Amino acid sequence: MSKAKVATVWLDGCSGCHMSLLDIDELLIDVLRKADIVYGPLVDAQEFPDNVDVTLVEGAVSSQDDLRLVQKIRQRTKLLVSLGDCAVTSNVPSMRNPLQPKVLLQRAYVEGADVNHRPPTDGVPALLRHAVPVHEVVKVDLHVPGCPPKADAIAFVVTELLESRKPDLAGKVKFG
Amino acid sequence: MNNKISIRIDGELIPATPGASLLETALAHGKFIPSLCHMKGLSSVGACRLCLVEVAGVNRLLPACTTPVQDGMSVTTQSDKLRRYRKITLELLFAERNHVCAVCVSNSHCDLQSLAQRLGVTSVRYPYTFPKVPVDLTHKKFALDQNRCILCTRCVRVCAEVEGAHVWAVSSRGVGSRLVCELNRAWADSRY
Repeated sequence: MSKAKVATVWLDGCSGCHMSLLDIDELLIDVLRKADIVYGPLVDAQEFPDNVDVTLVEGAVSSQDDLRLVQKIRQRTKLLVSLGDCAVTSNVPSMRNPLQPKVLLQRAYVEGADVNHRPPTDGVPALLRHAVPVHEVVKVDLHVPGCPPKADAIAFVVTELLESRKPDLAGKVKFG
Repeated sequence: MNNKISIRIDGELIPATPGASLLETALAHGKFIPSLCHMKGLSSVGACRLCLVEVAGVNRLLPACTTPVQDGMSVTTQSDKLRRYRKITLELLFAERNHVCAVCVSNSHCDLQSLAQRLGVTSVRYPYTFPKVPVDLTHKKFALDQNRCILCTRCVRVCAEVEGAHVWAVSSRGVGSRLVCELNRAWADSRY
């Protein structure tokens, strides 16, 4: 049997969900027997590949780059999972949303700066008006809330998905 | 004369006291009906709509907290329809304000959060509104963060019905509704 292709991606989040993924400990060995990790912060791949079976998305969609990437991922992935509160609810990244991005950048990079009083422009993507959950821009097949989701919950999700079952998370996960 | 009446809850015959609400009768008999605005010792206002139940012969859903029991009433508290409406109601509450559980002081001690877990709400189908709402930090000891308010009015009723102080009220309407202190003063300017 060929191995499943699994990708992970890190949008606007703190990487805590990836840390929690690594916290599944020795179960990682079983996972890697059944799946190859083909893209994400844990491996060295530059371009998101085609025909990915499962992608775990950490983080909210906050910038033009996030939006383009998540749209590309949706096209190339069979099953897209929102992993953690930032992907599911937009969480902490959404705390900027009541402010206009311009006001926010002024506060952080001009009023709050000791030197170089201007927002960065080179090599950084433009912010979207709102940081939004992944399912507000593309179809999401499974939501795994939590900040971060507990390693047990991630282990359950990954194990079930690799057995081609849809995990029933009712009561197993919570926001926050 | 025997003033006991009986009702059926999910098919089970249950004795009830005239004047009692459906919700308190159900809870007293170990039935689970979700609620957020109900609090023992306070009047019931039917604000949160989570305790909606089906009553046989009534063609709309009724809030269990404000519906008095009647002899022979037959009530359904768990059905696919009710589960669906309860999830919708919870998701609308999450979408209406800025509930950021991860950094909230009430994380893991929150009725809204734990009810979402219990009812299996793992995402919110409606677009979040991200409103800009006031936070009153003027009081020496307390803070009012309207980002987390679901307008259950428990605080309004405790202040009026238990303390007798009548400091808190709700102003405006719909999604513009806000909790206000003494006809919209800063909390520090209150006598309390």
